[in-house]
Amino acid sequence: MSARRIFARPARFAAIAPYVWMVLFFLVPFGFVLKISLSQTVIAQPPYEPVFDLTAGWAAIQAAFAALSIDNFRLLASDDLYVLAYLRSLTVAATATALLLLIGYPIAYGMARLPKRWQAVAMVLVIVPFWTSFLIRIYAWINILQHDGVLNQILLRLHLVSQPVVWLSTDTAMYIGIVYSYLPFMILPLYATLAKMEPTLEEAASDLGAPPWQVFWLVTFPLSLPGVGAGVLLCFIPIVGEFVIPDLLAGSNALMIGQTLWLEFFTNKDWPVASAAAIVLLVVLLLPLLLYERLQRRQLEER
Amino acid sequence: MTDESPRTGAAANAAGDAYPGASEPLLRIEGVAKTFGTFRAVDGVSLDIKAGEFFALLGPSGCGKTTLLRMLAGFEAPDEGRILLGGKDIAQALPHERPINMMFQNYALFPHLSVRDNIAFGLKRAGMSRADIVPRVAEMVALVKLEGLEKRKPDQLSGGQRQRVALARALARRPQLLLLDEPLAALDKKLRENTQVELMELQRRLGMTFIVVTHDQEEAMTMASRIGVMKSGKLAQVASPRELYEAPRSRWIAEFVGDINLFDAESKLRDGHRLVVGTRDAGTLVVAEPRQPLGDVKFSVAIRPEKIKLSRRGPASEAGRETAINALDGVIADICYLGGTTTYKVKLDAGGIVEASVANSARLDVDAYSLNQHVVAWFTPDDCVVLPS
Repeated sequence: MSARRIFARPARFAAIAPYVWMVLFFLVPFGFVLKISLSQTVIAQPPYEPVFDLTAGWAAIQAAFAALSIDNFRLLASDDLYVLAYLRSLTVAATATALLLLIGYPIAYGMARLPKRWQAVAMVLVIVPFWTSFLIRIYAWINILQHDGVLNQILLRLHLVSQPVVWLSTDTAMYIGIVYSYLPFMILPLYATLAKMEPTLEEAASDLGAPPWQVFWLVTFPLSLPGVGAGVLLCFIPIVGEFVIPDLLAGSNALMIGQTLWLEFFTNKDWPVASAAAIVLLVVLLLPLLLYERLQRRQLEER
Repeated sequence: MTDESPRTGAAANAAGDAYPGASEPLLRIEGVAKTFGTFRAVDGVSLDIKAGEFFALLGPSGCGKTTLLRMLAGFEAPDEGRILLGGKDIAQALPHERPINMMFQNYALFPHLSVRDNIAFGLKRAGMSRADIVPRVAEMVALVKLEGLEKRKPDQLSGGQRQRVALARALARRPQLLLLDEPLAALDKKLRENTQVELMELQRRLGMTFIVVTHDQEEAMTMASRIGVMKSGKLAQVASPRELYEAPRSRWIAEFVGDINLFDAESKLRDGHRLVVGTRDAGTLVVAEPRQPLGDVKFSVAIRPEKIKLSRRGPASEAGRETAINALDGVIADICYLGGTTTYKVKLDAGGIVEASVANSARLDVDAYSLNQHVVAWFTPDDCVVLPS
């Protein structure tokens, strides 16, 4: 089929548009990053070599290819700093996602069981924080959590503590920030699956002798698993690469990979190592995605 | 159903469990009412159902029949009244505490479980051992003829098969009472008719008590031994299918159950145990006197279409005698051929229209009437029902 005929049909064009988008804005930049990750850092403009110069002739390009190496990846694997940063990122993301699921599920379930017109109101309430910039909301948390912030004032006023608690620059503050910021991403997919679930299924389970907690574990929860999967992925993946929240709210003793990457790139000006770290992060994040897709496909095949 | 098989858990107090006084009703509903906001969905219903009955709750949509059924299952709690099952008030018991099971209108099969696991769901909840569950599931699968489909998921089944799984799942625990909410509404006509007969057979064989909710009067008439007609949250009449059809208690019931010709009465004269009624649309009619004295209320004379005979000339009749026959002259205004029967609309000389349903007893239409043909529509006084308006 000729290109002219493809573009003559809007539907066909719509079908290839996402692929064009992916190539332009993902694959091509990914190629750049991959190339930089295989380069060596130098003090120059740009701060790495080799640089492909398409005007320099075939031999020069061959030489540039020969100069590429996987040294940066070796460095990442051998230096504790990076391995620990990856591990911390994964641990923080896993813990935060578990907290999000524990908090988000009851909220989503409650929303799905509200009368129809109240569901719309609850939905707006979940989304409304997005109307304020993410960064401003994190600064607001700094304000709440700081030494003489709102939280400490309330605690002191209620005589729950005798002196101000150190919240800021702790993991607790970071988790508060992450859970607060990502909660809508957990609630919305959960709510979507729970709201479209046939309410007679729960009635049928209780009619067949299941007490409420069994109704939940044997019927509601298994049927909401697609929503759980989507919510977990939507939170886990960006949290692994999270930079702003840990940088503003957590202490500086243990860094997440996002922060390490930022340091390499801007402070150390080591683009190749930063690029290699980004590539490894991408691979690490692809794993849960692939797992999720495998699981979904198996579910489809079972049907 | 094997009665000698060991019964365990909640299934133990199922159908066979006798309670003192077999004549006592299995289920007694006493003045039950339920209000949603300002809408009184069920308005003071009282009803006794005996063990082994096939009872149908019949009514138009919104009449409260489904709400009543949901109160029996425990999904709604009545605002007033008592629900006694085997003498024990269960009105406030939770659904999972009741020895009652329900077959849902949309079947409500668990999409993530196989046919086998759907049927076994209630048995596992009853704490039955695996050794008992396996044969019981096999028995249920055989009962509803689903052999070979045990491993399928609900969305791999046809509508009819899903209906059978729902039935097997609801029957598996051998409930004292099985509730069926529009059990056949989702099936096509032919399958529905076959399934009606199968449900009746099953109920008789298992000796269980069934309460079915339906808006389809034919379905209720076919299956049920007794029918309760509901209107605006109240029971309008509880009767056998025959009594309901031949002796409806009100004009509304007569019109809701089957087709009927109605003539408003303008005057009445007593003549022994018959009434001579003057009507506006059908002249003077002789009808049997109703069992309850009418008093001074307005009333109508009702005749079912199949009770009306048509002929070219009027039958021999002597007014004032026992053999008095109502004969009304008219012309054929409309013919509706339905295969087994033909419905004729006869425009009466007196002004009204009467519908007559005639069996097509011969293949060749020698007896058929044609449009605008003059006919006499006749029926006996006993064929008429007097209904207060």
